[in-house]
Amino acid sequence: MQQTCFHCGNNCEKNSVFYDKKNFCCNGCKTVYEIFSSNNLSCYYDLQSAPGAIPKEIEGKYDYLDNPAIIEKLVEFDDGKLQIVNLYIPHIHCSSCIWILENLHKLQPAIKNSQVDFPKKTIRINYNLEQYNLKEIVKLLNSIGYEPYISLNDYSKGKQQIDRSLIYKLGVAGFAFGNVMFLSFPEYFEVSEFWLEQYKHLFRWLMFGFSIPVVFYAAQEYFISAYKGLRSKILNIDVPISLGILVLFVRSFIEIFMDWGSGFFDSLTGLVFFLLLGKFFQQKTYSFLSFERDYKSYFPIAVTRLNFQKSKEENIQVYDIQQGDRLLIRNSELLPVDCILINGKAEIDYSFVTGESEMVHKNSGDKLFAGGKQLSGAIEVEALKSVEQSYLTQLWSNDIFNKNKEETFVNLTNHISKYFTYVVLAIAFTATAFWLFIDSSLAINVFTAVLIIACPCALALSTPFALGNMLRIFGRQKLYLKNATIIEKLAQVDTIIFDKTGTITTNNQREIEYEGIRLNEAEEALLKNTLRSSNHPLSRALYNFLAEQNIQTLDDFEEVTGNGIYATKAENSIRLGSAKFVGNTAEINTQDTAVHIQTNQTYKGKYVFHNQYRNDVERLFKELKKQYHIIILSGDNEGEKKRLQKLLPKNTQLLFNQKPEDKLNYIKALQQKGNKIAMIGDGLNDAGALAQSDVGISIAENVNVFSPACDAILEASNFSKIGSFFKASHQTINIIKSSFVLSFLYNVVGLYFAVTGQLSPIIAAILMPLSSISVLVYVTLLTNYRARKLFFKPKLKAYKG
Amino acid sequence: MSAIYILLGISITVAIVFFIVFILSVRKGQYDDVYTPSVRMLFDDELVEKSPKEKSKSRVLTKQKQS
Repeated sequence: MQQTCFHCGNNCEKNSVFYDKKNFCCNGCKTVYEIFSSNNLSCYYDLQSAPGAIPKEIEGKYDYLDNPAIIEKLVEFDDGKLQIVNLYIPHIHCSSCIWILENLHKLQPAIKNSQVDFPKKTIRINYNLEQYNLKEIVKLLNSIGYEPYISLNDYSKGKQQIDRSLIYKLGVAGFAFGNVMFLSFPEYFEVSEFWLEQYKHLFRWLMFGFSIPVVFYAAQEYFISAYKGLRSKILNIDVPISLGILVLFVRSFIEIFMDWGSGFFDSLTGLVFFLLLGKFFQQKTYSFLSFERDYKSYFPIAVTRLNFQKSKEENIQVYDIQQGDRLLIRNSELLPVDCILINGKAEIDYSFVTGESEMVHKNSGDKLFAGGKQLSGAIEVEALKSVEQSYLTQLWSNDIFNKNKEETFVNLTNHISKYFTYVVLAIAFTATAFWLFIDSSLAINVFTAVLIIACPCALALSTPFALGNMLRIFGRQKLYLKNATIIEKLAQVDTIIFDKTGTITTNNQREIEYEGIRLNEAEEALLKNTLRSSNHPLSRALYNFLAEQNIQTLDDFEEVTGNGIYATKAENSIRLGSAKFVGNTAEINTQDTAVHIQTNQTYKGKYVFHNQYRNDVERLFKELKKQYHIIILSGDNEGEKKRLQKLLPKNTQLLFNQKPEDKLNYIKALQQKGNKIAMIGDGLNDAGALAQSDVGISIAENVNVFSPACDAILEASNFSKIGSFFKASHQTINIIKSSFVLSFLYNVVGLYFAVTGQLSPIIAAILMPLSSISVLVYVTLLTNYRARKLFFKPKLKAYKG
Repeated sequence: MSAIYILLGISITVAIVFFIVFILSVRKGQYDDVYTPSVRMLFDDELVEKSPKEKSKSRVLTKQKQS
């Protein structure tokens, strides 16, 4: 029977630990359990089953937290006795996490209190500085499996100001709306009753008082936006809205001042309240994700510098690295600057930075680029440049990173409102002209009534609610959008560009294929045993791929770094590694990733490593090909070209060896031809392309770790749903268009009352909320229905389309 | 019939007091995170039930001595 770890829920394989009648997958998990149970915190496991994470080895990793200059930048408050720090912990994911992290004071009394912000995945810890310090806190958190993520970004950011103005405005509008409704209610029935006659003036002036902050505070953004639009000669949706609000307010004031009627304060406050509600609904943000990241959140905050004068290691801030500094890079640490390898064995993984899928072997004296990850032990390097001048970080000096994509985009509502405003103004003037001849006393009344009733409340509400709702649905499907306008942009896309490494391939798995003469049993056993002693990533992958063999002791074993391995056992000998190393001259120039095998001086064949493509890539591309132009831009070499061509539909454009700037420029060129482009990529090398494209989607195996700046983040497990996302955004736009028709119908009904001069406050008060709410219900139900069809019944959809 | 003036005065004062309280609570950051408190409020009961205060205190103390 399959056993899962009591702490982290992973499968317990061979090395499971049995403790306290429970299974654990490793000693790390067992230790965390011990800490919790001995402190009476085992309730952690009752709230959610297997909520934990395996604690990682962090020996020396956080030594930089001894440096007071770095601590000073990280903490939020410090008075010498008390320190408050806010840490980002990616693992926070369930109620158990909140519970255990808020009970940290049980584990360490020096911690005064700790508070989790679940949506942001942060914890605020308040601790006594005399008994404890930041480094100990990070160690404590790590020991229970909650390692905080501290990056260069934390260092450079200042105090963030949270914008709460929308909540205030919504509060003001809601408060006024409620009170005005109460006050205006008695007059709805138009009964001439003694007490009502007595007090209605008081009621009216009170309503006037309540609506002042609504018009001048809560609605001010609409006026500002309309003004900005008019100045740049664009009739955006806020123009008719502001016009409506102003006319409502002025006419109502005149009405109560001249004692003609009760005014439209109820409609006015209601209108602003609903509009703000729409804005609030659309404003949904995924605060635990960041869409603005640059290399800073990928880079470490500090590195170890070797100081030869004092012959010791010291931790310095990465910005302080100077040319000529000797740095120590430990296993699985990042290279923060361009440098030269001095000492040690470097196996650098550049997949995230350049898109190359294989790790690169470097010898001392070779140049290393910033952003690579060292994978085999500690190395010593000499810095060539400072952080900002490194090759990788220079990409961010491109103009595109300072441009605001939103400004140039004209959304659907504004597109329509242009015509809408003209039509409304035309109707208003025609009707006024008409009434001037019939009954001039009613003319101004009709003019204002048209502007009031035509105020496009429903029109302005349908878009935010449809997009906001879709945004939430996408979020549930693991596609996190930066904001709701991205859906409109997705619907306009005609070209989709994919990156290869890490986007359509996974980095976790490899496909291995053998080509050549079959190996006999003795040879296979020898191969497996040779591989056992090697730590090279390809050896490890091949070792795991081959069938189990008995363990043998080799007579001779020699690993030639960067080339291959030579081993003997009894009368058999084996050489494996690069083509050159085994003496196969014919294949030296191919770009396949392969391990060549030679036994007893005869060449046998090779194990070819293919990139493992994501599930459903073939089907997805076939689906997309029908509607979109598809291009693959890869930073990798052409080794996989043939396989890709077989996998993808015909005429798919494939471009290899693309540098980050090449990708950016390629997209720019296409855009100049009028194409709307969605870029789907993952690494830092795609950052420029993601920023340049109309919609940049970043694929992440784990959305909590770094992903470059983009418009949307998609969790890799839902890669195959990309087609559905595009379809859903198309349908959302169609729903919005149909809701426009609905709101126009309401406007026509309202205009009938307005043009005929019959608009009374009660009709306005009924029509305004009715139209808004029915449009709201309409778009919400329809988007939910569409999404359900697309995402929950994929088979049904396949038959239909 | 000045009662209605008094009543109106009271009702509007009450409304404005609540409004001010709302503004203050937003300012203090109560609306920045609207999810965590909903989970947190369920915890207190469990703590009392599963780990009586006396017990947990003594455990922590003994742990301190050990370390």
